[in-house]
Amino acid sequence: MSVVLDILSSVGMWEAILRIATPFILGTLGVLLCERVGVLNLGIEGIMTFGAMIGWLTVYMGAGLWAGLLVAALCGAMFGLLHALLTVPLGLNQHVTGLGITLFASSFSYYIFRLAVPTATSPPTVEPFRALEVPVLSDIPFLGPVLFNQTAPTCLALGLVLVIAWVLYRTPLGLAIRMTGENPHAVDAQGIDPIWLRIGTIMAGSALMGLAGAFLTLAAFNSFFPTMVQGRGWICIALVVFALWRPGRALLGAVLFAFFDAFQLRLQTVVDGVPYQLFLMLPYVLSILALVVMARRARVPQALMVPYRRGER
Amino acid sequence: MTRVLELDGITKRFGTTLANDDVSLHLEKGEVVALLGENGAGKTTLMSILFGHYTADEGSVRVNGETLPPGKSRAAIDAGVGMVHQHFALAANLTVLDNVMTGTEPLWRLRSDRAAARARLTRLSERFGLPVDPDAHVSDLSVGERQRVEILKALYNDARILILDEPTAVLTTQQSERLFATLREMTAQGLSIIFISHKLNEVMAASDRVVVLRGGRVVAERATRETTKEELAELMVGRAVERPKRPPAQPGAVRLEVTDLHLSGKGGAALNGVSLMLRGGETLGIIGVSGNGQTTLAGVVSGLYPPDRGTVKIDGAELRRHDVPHAIAAGIGRIPEDRHAEGVLGDMTTWENVALERLWAPEFSRRGIVRRSAARAAARHILATYDVRGAHLDGRVGLLSGGNMQKLILGRVLEADPSIIVAAQPSRGLDEGAIAGVHRRLIAARDRGAGVLLISEDLDEVIALSDRIRAIVNGRVSPAIPAERADARLLGLMMAGDWDAAREIEAAADKMPEAQDAL
Repeated sequence: MSVVLDILSSVGMWEAILRIATPFILGTLGVLLCERVGVLNLGIEGIMTFGAMIGWLTVYMGAGLWAGLLVAALCGAMFGLLHALLTVPLGLNQHVTGLGITLFASSFSYYIFRLAVPTATSPPTVEPFRALEVPVLSDIPFLGPVLFNQTAPTCLALGLVLVIAWVLYRTPLGLAIRMTGENPHAVDAQGIDPIWLRIGTIMAGSALMGLAGAFLTLAAFNSFFPTMVQGRGWICIALVVFALWRPGRALLGAVLFAFFDAFQLRLQTVVDGVPYQLFLMLPYVLSILALVVMARRARVPQALMVPYRRGER
Repeated sequence: MTRVLELDGITKRFGTTLANDDVSLHLEKGEVVALLGENGAGKTTLMSILFGHYTADEGSVRVNGETLPPGKSRAAIDAGVGMVHQHFALAANLTVLDNVMTGTEPLWRLRSDRAAARARLTRLSERFGLPVDPDAHVSDLSVGERQRVEILKALYNDARILILDEPTAVLTTQQSERLFATLREMTAQGLSIIFISHKLNEVMAASDRVVVLRGGRVVAERATRETTKEELAELMVGRAVERPKRPPAQPGAVRLEVTDLHLSGKGGAALNGVSLMLRGGETLGIIGVSGNGQTTLAGVVSGLYPPDRGTVKIDGAELRRHDVPHAIAAGIGRIPEDRHAEGVLGDMTTWENVALERLWAPEFSRRGIVRRSAARAAARHILATYDVRGAHLDGRVGLLSGGNMQKLILGRVLEADPSIIVAAQPSRGLDEGAIAGVHRRLIAARDRGAGVLLISEDLDEVIALSDRIRAIVNGRVSPAIPAERADARLLGLMMAGDWDAAREIEAAADKMPEAQDAL
């Protein structure tokens, strides 16, 4: 018991939570945007891998860290465009298309990575984002490092939660996006083309997925290796359900998941005699439990996974 | 009068079929025009062209003298045309205000002015007598309220011309009357209205002028007060409509006996002690304002849910397992109220839908394997015998029109030769021709010795088909009266829950069983 208390009272663990949560925040926002407009995007796992690779490669080739993030976001948007073209105007099955994009984007990442660094045996590194030193605030005991000793992309992710919540709930565009996810016919009847709206929103959501991947190589670690996304994309898909398709709750879900993850990482090192795989399971088991509780209350967007064709009901 | 809308020589082809053939139509300010026609006459296509959902092959649309660019909904909205769709274009998970506001502001504005929108919506709903809570989720609203939202949406867009596509298809009689009163109020305030309908009663009651469409062409135009229901019916169908003549009933053995049924919480309104009896060879009509338990009654009898208390006896044997397979095996044939949701699986093929309900019967499966050829033969037989048009054995059932879908369901039920037929709103949403067909089939089934439990909100239908009539009010059924004694006043009293007169008539009928046999 005292072990648990020790972990919970350590600054290091709380400091780690927001860092671990950042890719989940960005990825979950991305999935959330796509699903709010009515399209499931299972390409996230691959798009994150590609974002991680291309963001790292851009910096490795000599560009700045922010340029790396930007390139990752743009590449994410391009994969989003591919997914959107296949699922929206062509109305293909969204599960199959999304999984196809994940396979394609993952493999394509390894391919480019091997082309770029053919000989290296250990992954080459770049100089990643450093924690921002906020004057005064960072020096507050406990809260200072936990909240303010974070990297710029983490702050960006937190800012994006606010921006996306504002766009969805306070702007005409956001209302049109939500309406498209519920009933695209109604949007069309108001003279807005739901096809273009879907394509654009999926691109934006996929750009966030690319960012989520790039955070891994440019802030959380400093190098790229092919299996580094490790199912984080799939967790984001589940977190969106947990979040009931709301940005604020998406943040909550990502932080909660990160908390369990940070907790089990430390638990592994102090508890003996228990296979570490059990601890690795912990966040996933707890996520499933949380999902079971939350999913009962979910108001799923009514047109999710329903292709829109004009003049057809 | 000023002419606010003019459709000129509209022609629209889908492949080789001519949906609209040189249709011209106009609307004066403050006028209510009814666009009358059977299903498939081209009414909805015409209005979709007007609203920019489709582009016409020929012809033009003018609003207040200005020609609308084809294929642009926004242009129609901006010109003041509002459309109230048959299947409401609403998002159930969003609020009323969200639904009304969508697309009314420039898309890229950084902040939408919800306070102003709310005020405007409240003003409109007061002005036109359409009360609605802006913050209610649409999923929590009744069908009538949803339609109100849909109308408000059009008004919010400054519509001066309102087009309603079969506005009463999903409404009860009371809701329809309220709707038409609202429409009158709107024309008094200078709006002009076109409503699409195939119901003669409401066309006669609510319009100033009737335009009759048949086979994509305008076949006639009449001022409503100078025409009659009979003339309109003939114009619409192209032949005189003959509702089937009903030979007298030959009541046989008791087929269905339900005793003291109680059920609350399932399938909508509760049942509070329903007892009734149905003989073979007769039709028992159940009338009533919707929401008084008729849907629940149909559900319990056809096995959808078990009652809390009470029994259902079919041919003398009590139904012990209350599920659909057992009900069907016991001899129930069900024609569900909502054919899209409960009658067919729209995404499956015709033959699969024919076989599904009795899949376990030896006719359709053996040792767990579906007998495809037998099922397909049965489906082919139904398509031919029941005149189901536009259906292919391997085509999706969801693509059929309402009338043809209902014919398919009827065929599936009647071919199984059920001893009891539960027909809930069997002609809802069908055109006159299809209604007559459904009625003929139900009467034929009765004459073959089946008991028909007819649950309908259409009084004409109940009077035309039933031998005895009961009303259902608040989960209880009234005494039964012979159909010959039914008149508007008596039925009205029964539906209102005043059963004294009905009780006397029932008692008198019971005292003279000989006289009843003689009928």
